[in-house]
Amino acid sequence: MTTLRMPRPDDATALLDRHRGLFNNEPRQRAAALAVPLGFAAFTVFAIWWLDIPFSQIGPGLASLAKFIALMFPPSSGGHLNLLLTAMGETLAIAFLGTLIATVVAFPISFLAASNTTPHAVIHFAIRRALDTIRSVDALIWALVFVGVVGLGPFAGILAIAVSDTGALGKLFSEAIESTEARARESVLASGGTGLLAVRFGLLPQVLPIIAGQILYYFESNVRSATIIGIVGAGGIGLQLSEQIRTYDFDQVAFAVIMILITVSIIDWISSKLRFAIIGRRAVA
Amino acid sequence: MASSILSVSQARLEVLVADYQREVVRRRRQSLLVLAVLAVLIVVAGRFGEVDLKNLIDNISNFTSYFSRILPKLSVAHFGADVADWYWNLTGWLKLLLDTVLIAYLGTLIGAVGAFAMAFLAATNLAPSGTLRWSIKRAFEFCRTVPNLVFALMFVSAFGLGPLAGILAIAIHSFGTLGKLFTEALENIDMRPIEGVRSTGSRFIEAMRFGALPQVMSTFASYTLLRFEINVREGSVVGMVGAGGIGQDLFVAIRKFYYTDVSAILLMIIVCVAVIDLVTERIRHRLSGQDTGR
Repeated sequence: MTTLRMPRPDDATALLDRHRGLFNNEPRQRAAALAVPLGFAAFTVFAIWWLDIPFSQIGPGLASLAKFIALMFPPSSGGHLNLLLTAMGETLAIAFLGTLIATVVAFPISFLAASNTTPHAVIHFAIRRALDTIRSVDALIWALVFVGVVGLGPFAGILAIAVSDTGALGKLFSEAIESTEARARESVLASGGTGLLAVRFGLLPQVLPIIAGQILYYFESNVRSATIIGIVGAGGIGLQLSEQIRTYDFDQVAFAVIMILITVSIIDWISSKLRFAIIGRRAVA
Repeated sequence: MASSILSVSQARLEVLVADYQREVVRRRRQSLLVLAVLAVLIVVAGRFGEVDLKNLIDNISNFTSYFSRILPKLSVAHFGADVADWYWNLTGWLKLLLDTVLIAYLGTLIGAVGAFAMAFLAATNLAPSGTLRWSIKRAFEFCRTVPNLVFALMFVSAFGLGPLAGILAIAIHSFGTLGKLFTEALENIDMRPIEGVRSTGSRFIEAMRFGALPQVMSTFASYTLLRFEINVREGSVVGMVGAGGIGQDLFVAIRKFYYTDVSAILLMIIVCVAVIDLVTERIRHRLSGQDTGR
């Protein structure tokens, strides 16, 4: 039977000698390890000072927040259940049509924006930058613009989501195209197929599952963004929600929020089922 | 032997071809079904969404002319003066832009710290208590599903106009999204280091610190940076409801048709977001590079 052996003192020094790097950090390493949190702390202090955060407001603010939350119970539709349900339907319609239009527009564009299918490097660069620009303007700002173009209502919201997602989806699609293998396409070309046939039979089968997953993911996230787009008058439940907050009808706010939570979780559930069906359980993780 | 390649009998070939045809027909039918469902959904959604193509076609000129109107009139002859005229409020806007970035920074920081503390208790493989895990996961879900602007509106009512409301709204949303991502990262770690640390008799916190944290630190940092990037964009939006930052000015400019101001502010936001994108992308690549190097 072997017994556990305690390291003898001279063993311990030998061990220390062998793994000096582990026990004795270089002063520079220590300084660097300390500098990062110190830098963050300093920047945080600067931010608090610059923004002039009124700490005295936190106490009363929390008190009134508690009051709001107390007012939320019990949640009530305030007799506008039909109105709220219609608004929720509008929200879903905005998310669905917005995602659909964005997909239809972004799909052809993404071939021009992918480095392996683009006709010219200049086009690739220009379209990439254009997509970046569209993407960096939030959907809510697009909604404001479209309210000016087509008037108040859900149609403005649909167009806003369509435009802002064209930027995002175009980028994602083109990245998916870039990560495909060239061999399948080359073999179609080698057997005498045209460029279009090579894309149809060599490239599409590789990217379609990825793209479908991304579209579903964006639909989910658009249901969330379509709930707020109404704040600027672009349709959906956001209009009711922002009005109720402004008029302190917090029981109705709670009701609308619960509706949103339920709808979003149903949509998430459906779309995750669809995603699993399309790309299989493994690829999701 | 060359002939062996074509040694499939005629009968066998017919079976194969028939199988192939049946498969093609089945897939065609499936695609048609999907298309039909989509078409129905489009019609229903079109009714709900009050889609009015005539309206769009009639007014699309507004859209294009909007962009020609928001663009500044710059001439080569007095370019400097024109740009100065376009950016007449440059220092004011720069200050507000810095406000927005700092609001995003503080919001991300608070959200990330909260999510970091909670994620270890929410991960299925690490959580000490089942009920605690379940309730934290629901809390994450709540914080990320309730729209950012709803929190912002409520906080503006509670804390008054100003950056505090924006910071808190962004913090809560980041808490929800980062909490989910952190938890998922933790659920994918290798459990052996943790068993190793536990076997030496250490408690939960030590096992997390020396067993789990080294595996996920760079992932956490890169998720947080990504979230910061998104929050800068969101920060310009929460300003619209009075929660501080440049959003308020942008909102006023769009609503009151100060055309060139719109393009000036938008350009500043776009450039700022692009710069932050570039910087954080660099850092993220370095972080993930370190990860594989180990």
